[in-house]
Amino acid sequence: MTGRVYLDYAATTPVLPEVLQAMLPYFSEVYGNPLLIHEWGDRVRQAIEEARAKTATLIGAARPEEIIFTSSGTESNNMAVKGIALGRQDKGKHIIVSDIEHFSVLHSARTLQKAGFEVTTVPVDKNGVVSPDDVARSLRKDTVLVSVMHANGEVGTVQPIKEIAGKVKEAGAIFHTDAVASVGILPVNVAELGVDALSMAANQFYGPKGAGALWVRRGVRLLPLMDGGVQEDGRRPGTENVPAIVGMGKAAEIARKEMAERAAKFTTLRDRLIQGVLSKVPYTILTGHPTQRLPNHASFCIEFIEGEAMLMLLSSQGVAVSSGSACTSRALKASHVLIAMGLSHEIAQGSLMCTVGLGTSEADIDYVVETLPPIITRLREMSPLWAKHLKQGKGE
Amino acid sequence: MPVYSDKVMDHFMKPRNVGEIADADGVGEVGNPVCGDMMTFYIKVRDGKLEDVKFKTFGCGAAIAVSSMVSEMAIGKTLDEAAKITNQSVAQELGGLPKNKMHCSNLGASALHKAIKDYADKKGIKIEGLQVEEEEEHEDGEKTC
Repeated sequence: MTGRVYLDYAATTPVLPEVLQAMLPYFSEVYGNPLLIHEWGDRVRQAIEEARAKTATLIGAARPEEIIFTSSGTESNNMAVKGIALGRQDKGKHIIVSDIEHFSVLHSARTLQKAGFEVTTVPVDKNGVVSPDDVARSLRKDTVLVSVMHANGEVGTVQPIKEIAGKVKEAGAIFHTDAVASVGILPVNVAELGVDALSMAANQFYGPKGAGALWVRRGVRLLPLMDGGVQEDGRRPGTENVPAIVGMGKAAEIARKEMAERAAKFTTLRDRLIQGVLSKVPYTILTGHPTQRLPNHASFCIEFIEGEAMLMLLSSQGVAVSSGSACTSRALKASHVLIAMGLSHEIAQGSLMCTVGLGTSEADIDYVVETLPPIITRLREMSPLWAKHLKQGKGE
Repeated sequence: MPVYSDKVMDHFMKPRNVGEIADADGVGEVGNPVCGDMMTFYIKVRDGKLEDVKFKTFGCGAAIAVSSMVSEMAIGKTLDEAAKITNQSVAQELGGLPKNKMHCSNLGASALHKAIKDYADKKGIKIEGLQVEEEEEHEDGEKTC
């Protein structure tokens, strides 16, 4: 193995050393239960509130108390979709989601459907963009919630959230956005976006796994998913995962400070990768929007080959990436995002997703751009689809 | 923990008998792109035996390893013997396959049998015990392909 290149930061980022250092005291030294009125409790409560303030600042939320700490982006999305819809069901039982949402949103919508809600899904165009007009057309008097993600983790497309939120507000519905893929990567400001609720996860911006948050604007009724005590204002009961929360706060603080610098670095690396792959591997398309995309995200479909085999060969060369191919998924289903964008199953099979991060260098990108083409050639030479393509080409 | 056995990895990294046979005596094709895996097998028959077997496969690591394994198991066998190779025995020979790969990717024997049937039909002969499995036949409830 000649290299060790991790281009799977969208799957998860490592925890920054400063973040880990901030977390460590909260395991065995500062261990009190923040619920309690004694010195042990006070110190931990203060740490949580500092983390809450830092997390709120990262997304431009004026009131830290609007942040609810959760265990993950998935929990935040469940809490938002189910909690808000159920909290408003006296006003109506219709919700709207896009076709390319994360499963934590889509499957939450499906659960609501089983419970008697009506769900409208709005499509995306070939670049994975939701049209604000499509959302506007789907809005009804009894629409209580609309959920459209800020950026898609599979194809990197950033949605026109401000425009969509505007349409939703006009209709008087609540608007939630899953910003798990974008918070900490792109500047996110809840006031500017005009959203009512927003999900995020710490392990997307160099914080720990097991820490997420949902921001909910004051005044939006939210039914808790779990019943219990008064933690997180009763909206998320259970003793807090204090080290993870502290880590999330620290990661948020650093992300905010380094946002512009990171974005510039990521964009350069991303564009070098996109340019390299597209120029070195024929019959490859960039998936997602060409410009309205996450600065760290490069995704492709490589024709006539299958993604899992490509991942395995890349892995044998020390390169870690992802794929949305059917064979890569445990359920053996092609990425619903690629299919929603109108790509055929055959093309979706060749999905390649690369995300750069703080540990990525130009040399890493060059290594991948150099390593990938012979792997693709090798798989194509094995592929009956490639053979057919060549024969058809000659026949014409 | 690796997803695949050492034997699967070996066949995936160094697949045997990849290619086409220009003047093949029989050709068999299985799979579809929705499923993910497609395999084409080519056979050359001499004196009732499989003198040569080649394949082309579009698919995951398991699909490529299965194809390679089948080709290795089949070469030199009589048509009757080759008809007895099953998808199950191929998986066994590979040291097992992940559960979710048993249906979609484990189609190598089916593709081989189709190629043998193609040959037998052309020659107007009947091979004892040869069954050409329909791809829809897998006995699972939660079918994805």
